[in-house]
Amino acid sequence: MGLAAEAQFHVLAVDDSLIDRILIERLLKTSSFHVTAVDSGSKALKFLGLVEEEQRNEEPSFVSQKSHNQDIDVNLIITDYCMPEMTGYDLLRKIKESKSLKDIPVVIMSSENVPSRINRCLEEGAEEFFLKPVQQSDVNKLRPHLLKSKVKEVGEEDQVINLSRNDIKEILA
Amino acid sequence: MDVVTQMQRQLLQYTSSLFKEGFLDDQFNQLQQLQDESNPEFVVEVVTLFFEDAERLLNELSKSLEQESIDFRRVDAHVHQLKGSSSSIGAQRVQRVCIAFKNFCEQQNVEGCLKSLQEIKQEYSLVKTKLETLFKMEKQLFAAGGSVSR
Repeated sequence: MGLAAEAQFHVLAVDDSLIDRILIERLLKTSSFHVTAVDSGSKALKFLGLVEEEQRNEEPSFVSQKSHNQDIDVNLIITDYCMPEMTGYDLLRKIKESKSLKDIPVVIMSSENVPSRINRCLEEGAEEFFLKPVQQSDVNKLRPHLLKSKVKEVGEEDQVINLSRNDIKEILA
Repeated sequence: MDVVTQMQRQLLQYTSSLFKEGFLDDQFNQLQQLQDESNPEFVVEVVTLFFEDAERLLNELSKSLEQESIDFRRVDAHVHQLKGSSSSIGAQRVQRVCIAFKNFCEQQNVEGCLKSLQEIKQEYSLVKTKLETLFKMEKQLFAAGGSVSR
């Protein structure tokens, strides 16, 4: 259907440092991503619609490809590790524990090269771990992760169409 | 040699010297790569933010180290921020002193911390002057009708 090619990917960037937020936003925009940047894990969760007291009694009448209680369509989350109050690791865990958000790929950034930290994050489900300062070459690694999740959605549609085509072929034979 | 070409050569030489002397590292190049027609002032904007951030942090650090009983965790947190932002713009010498400073914090070594603070203030002052000179040269070059090749 070509949805993956035309749609612009939306990346949520989380970093408490203003300079780093500006840098990552510019890097992502250079790669044609649509970007939302926030300065804390709690703001990120709020943006993603995952607030403690949220009432989920309102369901839209149509069913979208993603989980239906999501108003915001975020395709990837990239977060700093060292942040006050909620670390990137805490944020990663909360996302992976959430039914509605667990399939969104998460990437961690850190200024410190600590192997145990890196392993912990990867084990918890982070797709990649970037050492700061993040470069264009790192951002170029993001696209495959985003395309993977898009293909999963579109693939299901294609299967249905193929079945119908085969049915028709049989009928016409 | 016409004026513009001369200015371009001077700018190039000056920039090279900053890299050679370790004031700047490759991250500064990365910043320049992110500047284009849609973001023509990107480098100046980010570096200006760094200056503001660094000055704030240096003030905080001075205050923290003047206390009777020093809160090393607080000092470390500030140094960590300064290390991060200097690394993000490629201010290599500032970043290096931050690393040494962090070690002194961990050891709760007051003398070491005070020495590091002095060093950072010096390095920061140097890199600030150099970058301001660089930006001034670029401005003059543009005013004369020249451009910078990236």
